[in-house]
Amino acid sequence: MAVPRVARDLIQVAETTTTFTLRNRLAIDIGGTFTDVVLESGDAQFARKVLTSHVQPADAVLRGIQELFSEQDIAPDSISLVLHGTTLATNAIIERRGAKTALLTTEGHRDVLAMAFENRFEQYDVNIERPEPLIPRNLRIPIHERMSAEGNALRLLDEESVNQAIDTLRRENVESVAIGFLHSFTNSAHEEAVATDVASALPNVAVSLSSQVCPEIREYERFSTTCANAYVLPLMSAYLNDLANRLEALGIRCPFLVMTSNGGLTTLATAVKFPIRLVESGPAGGAVLAAWKARELGVTEALSFDMGGTTAKICMIEGGAPLRSRSFEVDRRYRFKKGSGLPVRIPVIEMVEIGAGGGSIARVDQLKRIRVGPESAGSEPGPACYGLGGELPTVTDADTVMGRLEAARFAEGQMALDLDAGKQAIASNLLSDSDANPRDAARAIAEVVDENMASAARGHASEWGKTVAGRVLIAYGGAAPLHATRLLSKLNCDYALIPVGAGVGSALGFLRSPIAYEVVLSKYMRLSTYDRDDIERVIELMHAEAETVMSEAVSELDVQVSATAYMRYVGQGYEISVPLDLDNLSLDHLRLAFETAYESLYGRLLPKSDIEVMSWTLTLATETENPTRLDSTNDTAQYDDVCREQPLVELDKESVARCIDRENLKPGHYVLGPALISERHTTTLIPTGFEMLVNSAHDLIVRRCVS
Amino acid sequence: MSALTALQRQLVWDRLLAVVEEQAQTLMRTAFSTVVREAGDLSAGVFDTQGRMVAQAVTGTPGHVNAMAASVGHFLERFPVESLHAGDVLMTNDPWLATGHLNDFTVVSPVYFQDQPIALFASTSHIADVGGRGFGPDANDVFEEGIRVPVMYLFKDGKRNDTLMEILEANVRDPVVAEGDLYSLTACNHHGSRQLVDMMVEFELNSLDEVGEELLQLSQEAVEKEIKALPNGTYHQSMRVDGYDEPVDIKCALTVDNGSIDIDFAGSSPVSRHGINVPLTYAQAYGSFGVRCLIGNDVPNNAGSLKPISVRAPEGSILNAQPPAAVSARHALGQMLPDVVIGALAQVLDNVVPAEGASCIWNPVLMNTNLRDGNEPDSSFVINPIFNGGTGARATKDGLSTTAFPSGVRTTPTEINEVTSPLIFWKREFKPDSGGAGRLRGGLGQTIEIEHAHGAEFSISKMFERVIHPAQGRDGGHDGARGRVGIKEGTEFRGKGKESIPAGTTLIMETPGGAGIGSPLDRDPALVDADLREGVISSSVAESIYRRKSD
Repeated sequence: MAVPRVARDLIQVAETTTTFTLRNRLAIDIGGTFTDVVLESGDAQFARKVLTSHVQPADAVLRGIQELFSEQDIAPDSISLVLHGTTLATNAIIERRGAKTALLTTEGHRDVLAMAFENRFEQYDVNIERPEPLIPRNLRIPIHERMSAEGNALRLLDEESVNQAIDTLRRENVESVAIGFLHSFTNSAHEEAVATDVASALPNVAVSLSSQVCPEIREYERFSTTCANAYVLPLMSAYLNDLANRLEALGIRCPFLVMTSNGGLTTLATAVKFPIRLVESGPAGGAVLAAWKARELGVTEALSFDMGGTTAKICMIEGGAPLRSRSFEVDRRYRFKKGSGLPVRIPVIEMVEIGAGGGSIARVDQLKRIRVGPESAGSEPGPACYGLGGELPTVTDADTVMGRLEAARFAEGQMALDLDAGKQAIASNLLSDSDANPRDAARAIAEVVDENMASAARGHASEWGKTVAGRVLIAYGGAAPLHATRLLSKLNCDYALIPVGAGVGSALGFLRSPIAYEVVLSKYMRLSTYDRDDIERVIELMHAEAETVMSEAVSELDVQVSATAYMRYVGQGYEISVPLDLDNLSLDHLRLAFETAYESLYGRLLPKSDIEVMSWTLTLATETENPTRLDSTNDTAQYDDVCREQPLVELDKESVARCIDRENLKPGHYVLGPALISERHTTTLIPTGFEMLVNSAHDLIVRRCVS
Repeated sequence: MSALTALQRQLVWDRLLAVVEEQAQTLMRTAFSTVVREAGDLSAGVFDTQGRMVAQAVTGTPGHVNAMAASVGHFLERFPVESLHAGDVLMTNDPWLATGHLNDFTVVSPVYFQDQPIALFASTSHIADVGGRGFGPDANDVFEEGIRVPVMYLFKDGKRNDTLMEILEANVRDPVVAEGDLYSLTACNHHGSRQLVDMMVEFELNSLDEVGEELLQLSQEAVEKEIKALPNGTYHQSMRVDGYDEPVDIKCALTVDNGSIDIDFAGSSPVSRHGINVPLTYAQAYGSFGVRCLIGNDVPNNAGSLKPISVRAPEGSILNAQPPAAVSARHALGQMLPDVVIGALAQVLDNVVPAEGASCIWNPVLMNTNLRDGNEPDSSFVINPIFNGGTGARATKDGLSTTAFPSGVRTTPTEINEVTSPLIFWKREFKPDSGGAGRLRGGLGQTIEIEHAHGAEFSISKMFERVIHPAQGRDGGHDGARGRVGIKEGTEFRGKGKESIPAGTTLIMETPGGAGIGSPLDRDPALVDADLREGVISSSVAESIYRRKSD
């Protein structure tokens, strides 16, 4: 594999020559704790972080916007575009706060949701619980009907069973209905007929069809996705419409687009219909920003590294864009373990998430090994050094004890860190020997959490047949800039980039996202009986559907089309995604495309095996805006103002770090480690032997010193 | 190298575990056999040059996992590590040297660093067909069950053993898949080797011996410490199960002695004339899993953590079958062993021990009955879906419905089964009242009804358990429901062997339920009401067994 290299000149900087047409755009990201609002005016960005208002989430959004408007003296009618992402759907599922939902399903198969994969996600724990289905058994209502795998009606739809189901829906005051029949991705007639009946009998009940939400083979995943969609639909549609109305009342009368989990924007109407597609919109925004930053450097392969309070998320940037897939799990309840959540099949940016964050708790196991996470102290009580009652040692406590954070100036001095409390928590929980030094234990915590993240990154890359070595690390989120340099060494990468405004990275990412819509369709076909006309019809069908959605968002359809086939050798269990050349769908091209993709993943072909296609996807997206590649110059200067100094515990020694405020740094400045660069929501660690340069986009670029 | 600090040792250990996980991932991604890919029926691990397992991926089924741990020693007896070279890859499917039946192929690859052998990677996966009578319990000796490959080179000095491959291809029904799976096993070992060499460089190690020794020692001590908390003594437990054509008794004497546990299956039934016999290595795998899922279950699986647990059975016992006994369906009894061991441990462990469950997976081989007539279009098919019954009630909660235990495999979606075969699965849902009643209820089994789409005859090969002998309740808890297999229109089948489903009839299978714990009268009425509301118990059971009046 070609290893991307950042040309040396890239980290040298010039005055930016980038010019943007003047326009005001708003990006809003609602997270579990904070709501971020970013106003982009020309090429300047202004951000507001306010506490999320859980009862009426739009309240916090409006407050943030109004504060920004008055601060920047902006008129509401000057806003040309509003972009929005939110974790509200995810939280509704995690907290089980969705609508009262029923599933109408094929008779004889009402337990698909509960039977799931029939496996245990943890071999050595006899006490595990599988995720509770969103819909209880008494609301999983059988309908007498049956389609065959070929899409023929083996049993005709029985109206009487539909009427009985409608009676139950009425009696139970069901608010939202999912309809999921076997093989509906091949023939959706029965689902559609039932939907019509339900809609006319119960006009106020929302209906989600599995043949529309997720027309893919494998009933458990399809029904799970459809039910999750139905479960959050009433809440999300009420919220999104409320927000749209209130923005309009404020005088913002411009297009309103919603961020989806695959890093593309969609219309309000689509978001209301398929709210399940929004679940990972926040993290998707971060990955889009990382991809943008990589492209600014002229790099196509990078690693997006987001480390927050509870988890770290790692995503590979390939060809200048985040890696995408169609499988995701909401609410992994068991140590973030694969299989312990509810599967949803939606277009999503592929990332690995592990329980490694600033709040991750460290303990010693019975083998005397230090374990870090996935349990987290969260924000309440938080790390011991927050002084909010936390007594267990966390990663942030370790970072504090090692001198990586300026205790007195944490959170701009609003919340001084209690160094002694951090030491105490480490000493009393991790040290059995009273002579042992809390600093050594702190170092061990950092090493272990860094090793966990490095292993997750390597494992994730290998799962996709990629490597991480040589990639640029784009690090954002509160804790990432403290841990990025250690990851560079462990992953054999050269550079880390800490973007400006890393604390509102997701919202910044929304501003860099294309408008996009992906359609999926399961159409089974073996290459030995390949029918090109049939596939061209399928593609056309998907194209038309995507175009209908896109035309609501963009007036002129100046869009890129891309398509993917999910293919495998006959008999295999997992498909791989194969990019298609839509101008040439000949059998030979399809086979070649599959073999190319297969070989790059697995290194070897099986020439004698037949090949089958399970599903097809088609995406329409507006042209991705390309950043101006940063220019270079030799006009650099060492930044030598020393704001403050403090002792720093490093990997194999102790030193004194210079403490610098990021706001004082200008493009072209460089700083040699050991140093700490502090800003509002994070601190960047530059260890001994590393250097940092500020590029023309005001991002920090950290790398090992050239000796 | 200087003495390792605790932190360095831990980082090496964490990395080794990450490396074997990647090895297993690679195998799962590239394997051909359905059960490997969809069900995770595989194992992967790294061994020291003495053949001791140092780290293992947490995957699939314990039967592989712990049996593979023992198998590398057999490879090294035949090919001492000094005789091997970089580029050599060894393999076998010998049931007594590897993981208990011919379908499992184990591949071992030595790793070299600075020209010295530092470790061996081993991996096992289940290959769908190995010739002979096909996967099932009907053979009378191992020769009928397919091709048996002694430990030998798959690659020598990087060059493929073409003779072996040609013989293999001539003896199995789907040579493409067999070849693909062998390559996939080789590739995953190769991937692990590369990662290991990277680790050696990064941590500046020349040898794994010292760190390997230390972490095996630590693991062993941790498990011993937990066992020492138990009172010394010998605890007996027995179980009667269906067997092939006559019941099989499994008898177990579990002796706790100062940090070690010895499990002796003496007194169990003698070897059977059919392929349900269990080679000792496989009995050891599941026997030790019964202990390990309760004791020291957060200690990684390796030669150290397995060492305090020994498992024995006299030669000629059905749990120590000698060649040439037939062993194809050895999982049917093997998967019962954890329940027996757990039952013995229940006498000394308070409040952690589950009741008996369905235990044995129900994995029918479904296929066309007649060979293809030259004039007709090919209508042949074979699928091997996996279904599960309920697990036993746990110490503090109900059992899991339709969930594999002790196996860790996944089921196959109905839609996939229907796309890849001409069968219609009319029904596949919970079987109400199948979970053993109790203060804590057993998990439910499921009912499956299958018909040929074109009204044709088809065949089933069965390796099912608990059709006659149900999972036994504990402390007043009721037994789980028996399993059932037959023709919906009337005929009942026994649990094992091949049968044909006449044209126009429907195959029905009911997987067994898990057993309950405690008297049903002590069950929280709110839970009874919830079960009734959800229809997982009937109103008659609610009234007659739980004494709950329905409104």
